[in-house]
Amino acid sequence: MATMTAEPSGIPVREEHHPQPFIRKYIFSTDHKIIGIQFLFTTLFFLMIGGLLAVMLRFQLGFPGEAMPGGSILPETMAPGGIILPEFYISLVTMHGTFMVFFAIMPLLVGVYANYLIPIEIGTHDMAFPRLNMISFWLFLISGLMMLSSFWVVGGASRSGWTQYAPLSANPDASGVFTGQILWCLSIAVFGFSSLLGSINYITTIVNQRAQGMTWFRLPLVIWALFITAILGLLAVPVLTAAVIMLLFDQTIGTTFFLPGGGGQPLLWQHLFWFFGHPEVYILILPAMGFVSEIISNGSRKPIFGYKSMVFAIMAIAFLGFIVWGHHMFQSGMNPRLGMSFMVTTLIIAVPSAIKVFNWMATMWGGAIKFTTPMLFAVGFVMLFTIGGLSGIFMAANPVDIYIHDTYFIVAHIHYVLFGGSLFAIFGAIYFWFPKMFGRMINETAGKIHFALTFILFNLVFFPMHGLGMEGMMRRIYDTSRYTHLSDVQDTNTMISIAAFGLFASGLYFGVLFFWSLFKGKPAPDNPWEANTLEWTLPSPPKHGNWEQLPTVYHGPYEYSHPDMDRDWLLQNERPDIVSPAHEVTIRKGEA
Amino acid sequence: MSTHGAEAVQFEQTSFNVYDKKLGMWVFLASEVMFFTGLIGSYIILRWGASESWPAPGEVLNIGVTAGNTFLLICSSVAMVKAFAAIEEGDQKHLKLWLLATIVMGASFVGVQAYEYTHLIHEGFLPSSGLYGSTFYAMTGFHGFHVTMGVLCMIWVLGKAMRGHYTQENHQGVETIGLYWHFVDLVWIILFTIVYLI
Repeated sequence: MATMTAEPSGIPVREEHHPQPFIRKYIFSTDHKIIGIQFLFTTLFFLMIGGLLAVMLRFQLGFPGEAMPGGSILPETMAPGGIILPEFYISLVTMHGTFMVFFAIMPLLVGVYANYLIPIEIGTHDMAFPRLNMISFWLFLISGLMMLSSFWVVGGASRSGWTQYAPLSANPDASGVFTGQILWCLSIAVFGFSSLLGSINYITTIVNQRAQGMTWFRLPLVIWALFITAILGLLAVPVLTAAVIMLLFDQTIGTTFFLPGGGGQPLLWQHLFWFFGHPEVYILILPAMGFVSEIISNGSRKPIFGYKSMVFAIMAIAFLGFIVWGHHMFQSGMNPRLGMSFMVTTLIIAVPSAIKVFNWMATMWGGAIKFTTPMLFAVGFVMLFTIGGLSGIFMAANPVDIYIHDTYFIVAHIHYVLFGGSLFAIFGAIYFWFPKMFGRMINETAGKIHFALTFILFNLVFFPMHGLGMEGMMRRIYDTSRYTHLSDVQDTNTMISIAAFGLFASGLYFGVLFFWSLFKGKPAPDNPWEANTLEWTLPSPPKHGNWEQLPTVYHGPYEYSHPDMDRDWLLQNERPDIVSPAHEVTIRKGEA
Repeated sequence: MSTHGAEAVQFEQTSFNVYDKKLGMWVFLASEVMFFTGLIGSYIILRWGASESWPAPGEVLNIGVTAGNTFLLICSSVAMVKAFAAIEEGDQKHLKLWLLATIVMGASFVGVQAYEYTHLIHEGFLPSSGLYGSTFYAMTGFHGFHVTMGVLCMIWVLGKAMRGHYTQENHQGVETIGLYWHFVDLVWIILFTIVYLI
């Protein structure tokens, strides 16, 4: 970068790095970029596991009572003769939700991109506590493997749903699962600790380590989103940790927190779980919104519309996220007046969410849009998230929720926001930052095929579920043919299942594309998307420690198509007086 | 943006005037507050919703012993303050002495708690003894775990102090562990009040 050489030479703040042995460099690494990449590989593996579980449960729903092809390799306790047992089906549903929420989407958003992006986008060498960062990754891996191992223990994996409602979860005699249930609690407790270490690191780093000139309102929106997300995780996850430990005690040492037989309150579990669970929903969407803000502004070649309103909308969503948890419990027997106030706070969340959606649309308005693969995924995010957001408003209304609660309408909603929302943004982010992470490009045509397949199949799978829910199909049921009122939904379910297999195949296609590009992709230039933020001033991939000398920031992150510039992007660290002669003129006139 | 180019650009501060370790500890304590809020909140809800009457203060638990123990923990916080004050003056000898005093009092607190537990279990009061037993052991147990962790970290800090690691200018470790210690002390005062006295 020509502009880098124009920086005044100063004292080098970081000594030369000696080459490190493989195990220190790639396994027990303290480099935030390597840790981010470790998270990426691990979470993509867990994403595939979650997808595989979904394929199996979709097979049962699409072809009830039939033997699953290849299912005969499963033991008698799961699927005798390849036919999935009801008990195993419930385990599949539980573990699909658990893996996708805790071990795929959340760490893909936070573990991968908070680690990778925070130091290089705010202009520092590494995280504030690199060793804690390493421990955070290893704890995450351990907790994920503990969760996975529960399929192989006696009694199988947990059968209480990913929400682990008591007393089913608290009493091993009720669910018939003992070891698997304990593993679920222990795994989530370890996960909570890993997440806590991550949050401490992200918050401290963003507050303390920003480069000179990187003021709060020059932070890229993805960093804002990750910052607020870290605060949400910091305050919400420990409540879950406390709750799962109490649940663990109920299962093992005879306490009765959530067991009505001993005077405990099952409803308390729901309150504690959703006090965590609702901020968790925003942990799962805010970073995705951050990625989309980066990609849409870059792909539209325009400054983001309403930067500050974006920041305040993130804050508003995060704050409101703490006072809406009761909307998951309208039908739990909670006081209806309390339900009313939760309904109002929930509906208010639509306002900051809509601000963000309109800002993205206004950013694209009149822009010279480049439909690159990340841009397609980002636009796909806006469309699908909007559908998920609108169905959310239906459910937030207490009277409507009485009818659609615990039906496939809810399943459709959560997949529109978590798959159509979060996962689309994650795919966009993977395509967008892949060149920086690995120094290679992903083929654009191949990426667009992935987008088209995912977008079409996703809608085929999840849109009809709204209808299934309205017809009264309950979530987590094993076989629709056993209910007379569901006699005519089997064809829809079969169609959804076939589309779901296609969706899984498109995920595998992405996996192949990912690994192929890793080795065979075209070498990436430093700034392939002609973006403004600091990571694009570094070589692809950046070295350990990122900068020899820390950058100085002069601009906001979205100064695309600056009128005084002969090119349509302006790096955050380009000195204003050497940017272009035209700019110099305006400075002399005092117009700048 | 300045009208005179980069040289005259005035930079706003881009970090807090707090070093990383201290900030990180404050952030960690925020999450600890939420952890104990989860436990204490559950206690409040379970106790208010309990169908059977709650044992009166002193009926099951021995208030006298624990009041003494509480005093011990508060004294250990004072010792921690003295250790910090000593290193602020660059006084290595008193830093080590007061740290040692903190460790001894903290460890004694855990010891007395272990004695109390054995005594209660011997009398047949177990975690499975209804909601009272469940909440008592969960809350005091987690607090005891936090004190134990604090003592272990403090031994680590003392080891560093013995090697002359801390100076009048740089004693971040002492201040950071001190923050944690005072927090644990504060939590105990709340727990003692709501579990033993009310």
